[in-house]
Amino acid sequence: MNSQLIAQQKSGADLSLTRLLILVIRRDLVLAMRRRADVLTTLIFFVIVVTLFPLGVGPELNLLRTMAPGTLWVAALLASMLSLGRLFSADYLDGTLEQMMLIPQSLSALVLGKMAAHWMVSGLPLVLMAPVLGLQFDMSAEALGILILSLLMGTPILSMIGSIGAALTLGLRGGGVLVSLLVLPLCIPVLVFGAGAVEAVTSGISPVSHLSLLGALLLLAFVSTPWVTATALRISME
Amino acid sequence: MLAINWFKYSAPSTFYGAAGKMIPWFAGASAILFIVGLYMGFFVAPTDVQQSEAYRIMFIHVPVSILSMIIYLIMAGYAALGLIFNTRLSAMMASALAPTGALFAFLSLWTGALWGKPMWGAWWVWDARLTSELILLFLYLGFIALHASIDDPRRGDRASALLAIIGSVNVPIIYFSVKWWNTLHQGATIKLSGTSMHVAMQQSLLTMFLACWLFAITMALLRVRSIILERERNNQWVMDLAEIKK
Repeated sequence: MNSQLIAQQKSGADLSLTRLLILVIRRDLVLAMRRRADVLTTLIFFVIVVTLFPLGVGPELNLLRTMAPGTLWVAALLASMLSLGRLFSADYLDGTLEQMMLIPQSLSALVLGKMAAHWMVSGLPLVLMAPVLGLQFDMSAEALGILILSLLMGTPILSMIGSIGAALTLGLRGGGVLVSLLVLPLCIPVLVFGAGAVEAVTSGISPVSHLSLLGALLLLAFVSTPWVTATALRISME
Repeated sequence: MLAINWFKYSAPSTFYGAAGKMIPWFAGASAILFIVGLYMGFFVAPTDVQQSEAYRIMFIHVPVSILSMIIYLIMAGYAALGLIFNTRLSAMMASALAPTGALFAFLSLWTGALWGKPMWGAWWVWDARLTSELILLFLYLGFIALHASIDDPRRGDRASALLAIIGSVNVPIIYFSVKWWNTLHQGATIKLSGTSMHVAMQQSLLTMFLACWLFAITMALLRVRSIILERERNNQWVMDLAEIKK
């Protein structure tokens, strides 16, 4: 894949942004599919963390029902931290990242592609798994729907904010723990609005305000984080 | 008009000396203001009707809380200057300010807990202000940890500068999200009485605020001098310093 990308580069600077995006996403997805265990680890981690909560607090359904949105969201947040280390490190170690930074197109677009691929591999499985886990917490169908919607809007933001941390800590010792320290405080708004939307539904309020704010955050992250991550990568690679 | 070439002092070699001359003045002024402020706070300011004597912790709590936020903004400002203009001293100032800011954020939480126990009956309440102050402490710790774990100081400066800027953009978002989170789900928000303060209280608060501010400046200057020495240790001007030659 590496040589293919370089060959594409040599074929000229006429590679359009959309084609670059598709190329990067496809490449990262193929690489991820060759190492399925990594994808599964994130998902299993998510399931285990969620499962630990009822064991820790006790099996009363009333308690679990009120806890469910927060628990699922916190677990998704932690699980997405887990896979951040892989976002750039493999490309960094084998030198591909250096080659990628030479592309004539915008580095931000390439970073956006990597973020999208990262979300498909680590965020999307969590979204699909969440309703099953929500059933364990006896969540209503309505709440489950909003949970999926809020995770669908929120997990891309986690990937995008997380990629800034991953780029800043590229190649550092103890990078994994450091990423969590840097990124988790910045993810608090996502957690608040994501879990808030589900809680609003369960307490009978409209979740629209929370979801709108989550959507606003998604747009803000979409516009700003690829550029910030590209800047961080340039700082880390020089 | 007083013509000072400010750019002269943006070089670490000249700022080192200037900081050394400024430190005694800031330290002295801070010490005097602390003594005056504490005296006024303990003996001149009257006892509060609602909170009796316990309110006096305000004289340290409020200044450190406000300053912990101001210092973060100043730190991010210095970091941005360093990132944009590639000046070495700005990045050094940013990393010199971070520990003082973190200390103030911690003191704010600690004195807040001590004040909260007799007033609210709890060491900690999930109030919007408390939570955002705690997050501010995390942001400071993240900045310090990122800087500490990068061996190359230039890369460390630039990486942590970017983090500080992201943090300062995110702080208002975090603040409002936490505020809405709190007000949406917990009806009772505890607020202090908004009555107008006694003049003596205001004056002692202001004195303590200035004292803390000068203390922060003193500490930042002391720390930046050490950082300059550490970074520039291979330069001739450091070898020529009187305190190094000894």
